[in-house]
Amino acid sequence: MSVDKATVAKIASLARIKMGDEELERMVPELNNILEWVEQLGEVDVSGVEPMTAVIENHLRLRDDVVDADPKTAGGRREDVLANAPAAEHGFFGVPKVIE
Amino acid sequence: MTDLTNLGVKDIRDGVDSGEFTAREVAEAFNAAVAEAASLNAFIVTTPDHALAAADAVDAKRAKGDDLGKMGGVPIGMKDLFATKGVQTTAASHILEGFNPQYESTVSQNLWDAGAGMLGKLNLDQFAMGSSNETSYFGNVNSPWRKAGSNAAMSPGGSSGGSSSAVAARIAPAATGTDTGGSIRQPAAFTGICGIKPTYGRCSRWGVVAFASSLDQAGPMAHTVEDCAIMLEAMAGFDPKDATSLKMDVPAWEAGLSADLKGKRIGIPKEYRMDGTDEEILKSWEQGKEWLRDAGAEIVDVSLPHTKYALPAYYIVAPAEASSNLARYDGVRYGLRDLPDGAGLQDMYAATRAEGFGDEVKRRILIGTYVLSAGFYDAYYNQAQKVRTLVSRDFAEAFAQCDAILAPTTPTASFPLGSLNDDPLTMYLNDVFAVPASLAGLPAMSVPATVNADGLPLGLQIVGKPFDEQGVLNAGLAIQQRARFDAKPEKWW
Repeated sequence: MSVDKATVAKIASLARIKMGDEELERMVPELNNILEWVEQLGEVDVSGVEPMTAVIENHLRLRDDVVDADPKTAGGRREDVLANAPAAEHGFFGVPKVIE
Repeated sequence: MTDLTNLGVKDIRDGVDSGEFTAREVAEAFNAAVAEAASLNAFIVTTPDHALAAADAVDAKRAKGDDLGKMGGVPIGMKDLFATKGVQTTAASHILEGFNPQYESTVSQNLWDAGAGMLGKLNLDQFAMGSSNETSYFGNVNSPWRKAGSNAAMSPGGSSGGSSSAVAARIAPAATGTDTGGSIRQPAAFTGICGIKPTYGRCSRWGVVAFASSLDQAGPMAHTVEDCAIMLEAMAGFDPKDATSLKMDVPAWEAGLSADLKGKRIGIPKEYRMDGTDEEILKSWEQGKEWLRDAGAEIVDVSLPHTKYALPAYYIVAPAEASSNLARYDGVRYGLRDLPDGAGLQDMYAATRAEGFGDEVKRRILIGTYVLSAGFYDAYYNQAQKVRTLVSRDFAEAFAQCDAILAPTTPTASFPLGSLNDDPLTMYLNDVFAVPASLAGLPAMSVPATVNADGLPLGLQIVGKPFDEQGVLNAGLAIQQRARFDAKPEKWW
């Protein structure tokens, strides 16, 4: 399978990365080289093989049902959460108007 | 007094403990070495005050007769992928430039708790995506090494290239690295130092900027196997804040070190004899077998039949996870925002990400988005995850016949910066020997073996069974004691 410029534009839009014509054109052969190379995976007989979901056997844990048990991941840290926001306003994240 | 910057982790820790010198003297010596070495571009920011404050705390503890900790008095470099409270954390990207974490990553906190201090935040490939340290927004990192008779700037490897450069240049006695598909081992091999990636889950990923979460693991980079054992002990440990953290005690790796390999079997995977592998690398591999045999090990042939498919599988799985992980950079909660005049929310996302990500990061996000998109998920992503199962199964079968595997770390020595930039694929092939162990989550280490005809270091890789860092470190120690690698880059910086 290979991609054309329209497909790359579609992917870039899904990934929310703005790309001009020139950049899209440059990406087409680069992505196709990579995709052509990974095609070789199709040679591998994977019948009866499960896709990997966990690389090392591990048990999924449940944390104790206690509110704010670890202060590092607890609530009540609005200032910290907003400290790096490019446009924090009135205790919220500021974004451009989304409702006309 | 000896030049303190010649010392590694163990010698510094023991010297501070015995009172031969103070932690402050060590921190001052390394701070000065860092300040002199700006031309390496190994650090994005330096934090001399952090190193001094940690050193003073250790000296004060010693005056009181308190325990100094596993890393007491050792100043280290911190890869700029670990969130450090109050110190800019960028992942070498423009999109996180100026990001000032309000919290400390578990691994860095563990190191500070063990008595280490921070010399600064180390440069890397942007979001750890690269094998040469040429994708950083903050410029390439230079290796301290140069080819004999040449002044061409050489690659320190990647993505932990600031770490490898700083340790090799002895402006830091040790540094943290992270390894997703070779990012600790390949730069360690390129610069003549040691580096170990532990079993997936040993080191907490909490507070580490995510690239590919099912692969990312932190580990130490240092001059010796002993130094790596000490530092890994300080970094590792169960963390409830990371869902994939291993709930296991951290073994006493330093105390368990032994270069006596009697009764151990070391496997040589025949599929690692690939076309295009440098003759001198193959020679060093042969030499490595001799060294391990001399240490008492039996050398056995093993087969890892799916080796060839590991790299292409990695280049589907890792970008897929990256495309998902990097969706968080949206210009809303932290980092860069690019808001063109009159733009709406969607335009802002797209403009911010176009401005904030470098070319290699964009390429991988696009590949990842494509292989996860409707209609292609089964053909690419699911197939890659099935191949990953087979790669992992290969190792499990090989480990029925051997205790550890010996292989080269890289197919070539370091190369000049800029020489592999024309085609992303040639760059990817650098990690061909490193990626299989990553896909299987296994502990793996690179140890310097020798220098090639150009005077550049070559590394040997040991891959171990899950949770058997001790076996990996011990085989590494056996190589270290026999290789007696003592080449140093000539100072030009």
